[in-house]
Amino acid sequence: MTTTTEPMSLAAIDAAQRPRRFGALYVAEHQIRQMRAYAWTIVVAGVGSPLVYLVGIGLGLATYLDQQVSDGPAGSVSYVWFVAPALLATAAVSVATEEFTYTVMAGFKWRRIFLGMNASPVSPEQICSGVVLAVLARMVFTTLAYYLIILAFGAVGHPWAGFLMPLVGMLAGTAFGLPLLAYSASITEDKGQFAVVQRFVFTPLFLFSGTFYPLATLPVWLQWIGWISPLWHASEVGRTLSYGSSGSGWPTWAHLAVLVAMSAAGWLMARRTFVGRLRG
Amino acid sequence: MSPVSTPVISAAGLTKKFGDLAAVDGIDFDVPPGEAFGLLGPNGAGKSTTMRMIGAVSTRTGGDLTVLGLDPDGYGPEIRSQLGVVPQEDNLDTELRVRDNLIVYGRYFGIDRRTCARRADELLEFAQLEDKARSKVDDLSGGMKRRLTIARALINEPRILMLDEPTTGLDPQARHVLWDRLFRLKERGTTLVLTTHYMDEAEQLCDRLVVVDHGRIMAEGSPASLIREHSSREVVELRFGSDRNADAAARLEGTADRVEVLPDRVLLYTADGEALLERVAHLGLRPTTSLVRRSSLEDVFLRLTGRSLIE
Repeated sequence: MTTTTEPMSLAAIDAAQRPRRFGALYVAEHQIRQMRAYAWTIVVAGVGSPLVYLVGIGLGLATYLDQQVSDGPAGSVSYVWFVAPALLATAAVSVATEEFTYTVMAGFKWRRIFLGMNASPVSPEQICSGVVLAVLARMVFTTLAYYLIILAFGAVGHPWAGFLMPLVGMLAGTAFGLPLLAYSASITEDKGQFAVVQRFVFTPLFLFSGTFYPLATLPVWLQWIGWISPLWHASEVGRTLSYGSSGSGWPTWAHLAVLVAMSAAGWLMARRTFVGRLRG
Repeated sequence: MSPVSTPVISAAGLTKKFGDLAAVDGIDFDVPPGEAFGLLGPNGAGKSTTMRMIGAVSTRTGGDLTVLGLDPDGYGPEIRSQLGVVPQEDNLDTELRVRDNLIVYGRYFGIDRRTCARRADELLEFAQLEDKARSKVDDLSGGMKRRLTIARALINEPRILMLDEPTTGLDPQARHVLWDRLFRLKERGTTLVLTTHYMDEAEQLCDRLVVVDHGRIMAEGSPASLIREHSSREVVELRFGSDRNADAAARLEGTADRVEVLPDRVLLYTADGEALLERVAHLGLRPTTSLVRRSSLEDVFLRLTGRSLIE
């Protein structure tokens, strides 16, 4: 780097200090402001969806089950206890499927607001980080609301340990969402890819990740879906937090390691894609 | 060295290649502070690519470039903190209201909310959008959106305002309102860098311009000096009908300094248009329409490249 005494250069160096440091927060601030436009949807989905699932499963499905679904250290576990941590993780993942797809497409293409940010002092990496921060903020709300509701339904074994469940759920959200963000950021033309992700990635994961029954129930040749699914790993950790044991045989750290590794890989790819797209 | 003359932008041998294609092919120019500098050329000439390199969002593949004395390669955020950018396609946030667009954008420069709000009100007045502050962006007309984009680009009180095709797609009245606003900025001493393929825009706004074609600079100077240097004082435009233009042009050879045949008309370059029209009548040629006008940058471009600016 060269040293300069030119006043206009020094003024520029001074003016860029705050954006260099806080750029990602400015982007997040903007994204969160935008969420206000659909704040109502966020609240209704965040509170309504756990209510619907818990009432439907707790009062309906669970009453038909004779077979016990899982064991905790204190004996048999009720079906709602088993399902609740998985539903919470699913809520975080579904926020990710919404926000890391259409919002990203809007930023690069439909409304091009990322291009506007790009002309300002913030960097492509900061734009990527800011988008993620805003989504994390929405996930905090969604997972916390979910947790309080399952708590109210008495669907948690250890309420205090269970307070870590939202964090684990968010980790599932990033493990699924950040690779998806990298993919979305690489799309230049919308040909319905997001509907495909929804139907052929998210939905199968939801159904085959040991969400509604232990993964071991499935034939071995289908169990791999669970092993690569952030939902399964987060559900298992959530179950351990709630009633002390998940029964999968995997240690908790291994579940967490998978989630962290997927998040980190997605994060690196997403940043790289943003740079490639915004710097030509 | 006097500080006034230090250029705010300096390019030497500036090159941008995409694979084998050189979009910008070794161009040189300096822009002193306070100047309105234009890049005039047809679509695809390399104007926008040059703007992106100056704007520190695209890295050069060759040559030297400094903006405000800094190299964009290492000082991107620093340079961008001093620029206002008006892109070719608006990228306003349509989810936010008009005034909020300005405030949110100001935050990217690290400006506190209170200052952003104060400047937003001043800029809405400047852009003649005070009564639209609470409107949705989508409810604005094309000209209003452009003015809002310009207001947004001014939120950080930039040293250099960069405008890429600022009036493309606007109706004549909206263009004039916009030119008036840009003229005011010029009077206040803001450095303007703009690209355009409209010669009237370049003539109206630019103190100095470069004519760009195929990534190279064909000529440089003030609009008046370019016209003086590369064209005659007046131009006679004759239309004989598309199938007879070429024949008529052949007979007119020698009557003017230069004869150009376009698909729809024949152009005769001369110092005195009226006198030439009389000579045309003496030759017994009967054009369906005839017109005498002053030379423009369009003629300069035609002379330099053999092509029209707008095709």
